[in-house]
Amino acid sequence: MLESNKDSAKLDAMKRIVGMIAKGKNASELFPAVVKNVASKNIEIKKLVYVYLVRYAEEQQDLALLSISTFQRALKDPNQLIRASALRVLSSIRVPIIVPIMMLAIKEASADLSPYVRKNAAHAIQKLYSLDPEQKEMLIEVIEKLLKDKSTLVAGSVVMAFEEVCPDRIDLIHKNYRKLCNLLVDVEEWGQVVIIHMLTRYARTQFVSPWKEDDVLEDNEKNFYESDEEQKEKTDKRKKPYIMDPDHRLLIRNTKPLLQSRNAAVVMAVAQLYWHISPKSEAGIISKSLVRLLRSNREVQYIVLQNIATMSIQRKGMFEPYLKSFYVRSTDPTMIKTLKLEILTNLANEANISTLLREFQTYVKSQDKQFAAATIQTIGRCATNISEVTDTCLNGLVCLLSNRDEIVVAESVVVIKKLLQMQPAQHGEIIKHMAKLLDSITVPVARASILWLIGENCERVPKIAPDVLRKMAKSFTSEDDLVKLQILNLGAKLYLTNSKQTKLLTQYILNLGKYDQNYDIRDRTRFIRQLIVPNEKSGALSKYAKKIFLAQKPAPLLESPFKDRDNFQLGTLSHTLNTKATGYLELSNWPEVAPDPSVRNVEIIELAKEWTPVGKAKKENSAKKFYSESEEEEDSSNSSSDSESESRSESGEQGESGEEGDSSEDSSEDSSSEPESQSASESGAEDKRAAKRNSKTARKSDSEDEKENEKSKTADSSNAESSSIEESSSDSESESESNSESESRRVTKEKGKKTKQGRNALTNNVSLLDLDDFNSVSSPVVLPTPALPPSLIADLEGLNMSASSSVINVCTPVFVPMKIHVLLHRMSGKGLAAHYFFPRQPCIFGDKMVCVQITLNNTTDRKIENIHIGENRLPVGMQMHVFNPIDSLGPEGSITVSIGIDFCDSTQTASFQLCTKDDCFNVNIQPPVGELLLPVAMSEKDFKKEQGMLTGMNETSAVIIAAPQNFTPSVILQKVVNVANVGAVPSGQDNICRFAAKTVHSGSLLLVTVELKEGSTAQLIINTEKTVIGSVLLRELKPVLSQG
Amino acid sequence: MIHSLFLINSSGDIFLEKHWKSVVSRSVCDYFFEAQERATEAENVPPVIPTPHHYLLSVYRHKIFFVAVIQTEVPPLFVIEFLHRVVDTFQDYFGYSNIVSGSTNVGDQLPTGQLSVVPWRRTGVKYTNNEAYFDVIEEIDAIIDKSGSTITAEIQGVIDACVKLTGMPDLTLSFMNPRLLDDVSFHPCVRFKRWESERILSFIPPDGNFRLLSYHVSAQNLVAIPVYVKHNISFRDSSSLGRFEITVGPKQTMGKTIEGVIVTSQMPKGVLNMSLTPSQGTHTFDPVTKMLSWDIGKINPQKLPSLKGTMSLQAGASKPDENPTINLQFKIQQLAISGLKVNRLDMYGEKYKPFKGIKYMTKAGKFQVRT
Repeated sequence: MLESNKDSAKLDAMKRIVGMIAKGKNASELFPAVVKNVASKNIEIKKLVYVYLVRYAEEQQDLALLSISTFQRALKDPNQLIRASALRVLSSIRVPIIVPIMMLAIKEASADLSPYVRKNAAHAIQKLYSLDPEQKEMLIEVIEKLLKDKSTLVAGSVVMAFEEVCPDRIDLIHKNYRKLCNLLVDVEEWGQVVIIHMLTRYARTQFVSPWKEDDVLEDNEKNFYESDEEQKEKTDKRKKPYIMDPDHRLLIRNTKPLLQSRNAAVVMAVAQLYWHISPKSEAGIISKSLVRLLRSNREVQYIVLQNIATMSIQRKGMFEPYLKSFYVRSTDPTMIKTLKLEILTNLANEANISTLLREFQTYVKSQDKQFAAATIQTIGRCATNISEVTDTCLNGLVCLLSNRDEIVVAESVVVIKKLLQMQPAQHGEIIKHMAKLLDSITVPVARASILWLIGENCERVPKIAPDVLRKMAKSFTSEDDLVKLQILNLGAKLYLTNSKQTKLLTQYILNLGKYDQNYDIRDRTRFIRQLIVPNEKSGALSKYAKKIFLAQKPAPLLESPFKDRDNFQLGTLSHTLNTKATGYLELSNWPEVAPDPSVRNVEIIELAKEWTPVGKAKKENSAKKFYSESEEEEDSSNSSSDSESESRSESGEQGESGEEGDSSEDSSEDSSSEPESQSASESGAEDKRAAKRNSKTARKSDSEDEKENEKSKTADSSNAESSSIEESSSDSESESESNSESESRRVTKEKGKKTKQGRNALTNNVSLLDLDDFNSVSSPVVLPTPALPPSLIADLEGLNMSASSSVINVCTPVFVPMKIHVLLHRMSGKGLAAHYFFPRQPCIFGDKMVCVQITLNNTTDRKIENIHIGENRLPVGMQMHVFNPIDSLGPEGSITVSIGIDFCDSTQTASFQLCTKDDCFNVNIQPPVGELLLPVAMSEKDFKKEQGMLTGMNETSAVIIAAPQNFTPSVILQKVVNVANVGAVPSGQDNICRFAAKTVHSGSLLLVTVELKEGSTAQLIINTEKTVIGSVLLRELKPVLSQG
Repeated sequence: MIHSLFLINSSGDIFLEKHWKSVVSRSVCDYFFEAQERATEAENVPPVIPTPHHYLLSVYRHKIFFVAVIQTEVPPLFVIEFLHRVVDTFQDYFGYSNIVSGSTNVGDQLPTGQLSVVPWRRTGVKYTNNEAYFDVIEEIDAIIDKSGSTITAEIQGVIDACVKLTGMPDLTLSFMNPRLLDDVSFHPCVRFKRWESERILSFIPPDGNFRLLSYHVSAQNLVAIPVYVKHNISFRDSSSLGRFEITVGPKQTMGKTIEGVIVTSQMPKGVLNMSLTPSQGTHTFDPVTKMLSWDIGKINPQKLPSLKGTMSLQAGASKPDENPTINLQFKIQQLAISGLKVNRLDMYGEKYKPFKGIKYMTKAGKFQVRT
């Protein structure tokens, strides 16, 4: 058909041939017939012939040469498309002989009038370079020329060529740096990615670090923008202020809009740029965009989550507000699930741990066992990181030991082993419980872990340990190698501590080991025998055998697998793989002293005017210019009217930032620059203003960084506390009867316990290990730890699979916007401002306490030291758990701490003193009655039953009148929940809304009913034992519900 | 950058290959097959696989793996995003069914190169009927816990456009309540500065179908959950029968009907079969994949659809740890659940009067009810 005269037949033939190529069939014997058609007049045929040539030219070089002259002619074609495609094919033909021809063609094309052809020239550079690296020097010349190109079409491609051919020739970039920054938004997406990555590297070599001292930085940035105030600058000179290079700022500013790109790769590129080169306080803006990418395809999610995982280790605060976006869905693929889990673990802190543990509880029950196992490890890590919940987690994990699934049990054992290793001594009970598991569990790792634990603690469980050894000796031959090694270890340790009982057993095991098939085990056997069994030859070592075997072993560190990934630049292949990929370019450290910034100057000397010519030229250009400078100016002049809230908060912060004069000066500067910004050429002023805006948002996000500090501090101190709790709990352990009595309030728990006791009794009989040790182990499952909030215990009790039906079950609060109250105004606090809000979370300090979060802001320009809570004047019965003193709070710094207050179910004011190093301020927290509640989940039936018991004195009611549109269930829900922390009860009737809660201190039920009547009235009924709370709440709810 | 591309179908055949630099042998895909075997499920195949000389980056769509072969360091998202665009282009070019079946070997039309001042729009577009349609589609992602309270809920929306206008029209689209939009990402045609300053979408549209905008509604707003699921799923230790009962009903629908409701649930492995009777719609249970699916259709608020019956469990096996999660799909026409409203659409640059239309729709995104 190729020989045919008709174009249509030829076309059809070519289509088939190209089809064959795509399928991987060999079509090379058709080469001569196809090449003939290269000169065809028909564009369609020509294109397909090109496709063919590119594929087979390398194999049939001689024949391919026949077509070269055609391309050379096509390179001179008046049609730019044909010129470009000829160049493309010419450079794709991998025939070394034509290298000089290619070189010539590239040089010519790089001077072509059409930017499209120049773009293709840039592409051809890479191809030629991969064919013949000898041409490097010549190619660099072309790159240098093309880098000067002002077309957005060319920029991306030439930077790509630069990255492939000569990434180390950073000097070529200097002169084009500002142009690239300014063109960036208009470059096509793929080019943007490449340019941003290149500029990140560039910035790291050319600018000094903006990270040095972040708090100092805040100060200096302010100076930078107010540089017209010369005096001030002088006073700061002695501090040797960090001033961000305007070019550095330019890059950060110009990449920001690209966070809004639809292209995930661009967003990621900007994110890594911010991560690596922007001041830490500004990097916060990338988190929202990254979280957005999680909506994308699975592959994109995978990469983005990996990067977030790395970031979240170092700067927790960035992603904390998006915690819920990382909740796992059952439909996620396993790899996504584990990554999300990893991030959740990194984000866990004492404030959110209770919510997280409840979430983990769902995950543990997942059908995806691999994921369930990963969750258990996560719980282990949380337990070590947050000391408040260590015991709660441990108990939860012990519960899991009775799970039916072996993988879950095995994983729990391994994690418990690690946890116990960290705080040994008090956990004899758990070890005994685990010893029993040896009868049932078969997973080798778990068995080995249990044996190791027993060996390590053999002196604490003197009666069980030998017995375990006895049983293991029996089954030695059938065990896994891993387990055998641990049996040997156990034997050795027991031999040293309790040789009377175990001498024979150990020797028996050593004999078995001697003839084992595995050389490792034989080796170990020989080693142990020499070391511990005294014989005439035994050297000095055996004296120290006990020291060798029972040395204090350092606890394993449960660390994130993403710990060391930050060596690699984010968003790179190397980061994803955690190994260095071929061609990975190391991100250099910031230079100590910035190289000469003047190298970036482009001929014209004055800095401010440099950017304008580019902008101007483009504005005149055509409709093609979309993000032109003029619009940028519009933006800044409009911003005050448009984003009201933003500007208000800005001015507020300015006011707070120390000198009162500041804000007025600022505003005057604002207004004065207003007319200026209308005229397009004065970009200097506009530049400053834009940068100022940036810095302000930065200050806001700063507070998040500090949260980390706070966390670690409180964690430290509570360590001591929790250990004391531990002791008391193990004491009371033995008399579980009295214990359960004291906890009889919690009906559920009782039930669960009883069944467990029953089960334990059964297993006790069956167990081979019916030794005295076990008599006391009536319920190793629920260790009552009174100081821990029951809600947390309930969280982890849920880990146990036994379904328990309960009447009172604290449920998650409905999400409402937080109401923030002022605790201490900055004027009366000498610059220290404090705000508080009720996060509506179960308090981790005590089950009768209400959790209050206090945000402290330092609005002065110096450090405030030793912030702590001084003496409190609480009414009788009220208690407070204070936060740990804050050593110092830097200027503009902000920190959030949580405290717990037991209000005794009254709305009495909690008065206390908030002290700094120098001053004490009296402050008050008066709780709205709605915050003294915890939401409760119950069924409609239970609700009615409870309501029936709370009538008469305990019932208050009122009639509300309001417009009917306010009486839809959703509106009522929203309004009620805004006022009080209650849980909605599913209702079968449309006209009745029910809510249930219990008071935090006494746990009395509080039931709210809103019944809609005819004619836009409604009956509001509150039933509770606490009549005062009931009537106050009624009084508060009434106006809220009736208002429009 | 990408060295070669292989397309692999569900039965493991490499049915298409393309090489940009030199030819890489197909055998490189063996590493991929190995990883695929290890992953058991297609969607668990890692997107990045290192091999001794190459790196394989893959995406999985329409039951086809698109495997790119890489030789040097490159941002992985660059490749992945590019592959997804390739798939999108294939879909546009061949149509969805042809990609899946691979029936057409050769397309009818060859793509034409296009060069224009506006890179996303070809020049010389002509239509006799000038029309511009915009679809505001919102999806609710939610996790609802056992007791019916919302654990997380958020609204994600997109505006898809179908614009068939002659010449070089310049459009602006404004919203009644642009503040709702918390996080946005744009088609490259949208002028970012204009949005920043005036909250107006100003753009020269591409020709035909495209996604103008995707957005996220700020988390401060309480998300209305339009449906609820009442469930009673219980396994008993003793008997080999379990009870299964779910009812779906409307909650906050702003007076609109809920359509296209489909309930799916992955039942635990121990469930052998289910005998269920729906009050409405049809249901299927696949005993192999353990996937229960119930196509309800419209919800009539007077007569709530329910699905009741029993599950037969594997005899002797212990009861499953966890109740299955219920996934919900639904649609609500003529409603954007966030309350977003388009204010007006204006056209500049051309003289004719176009026909304009705007449609709203709310859908379930990843909507899960834990039981």
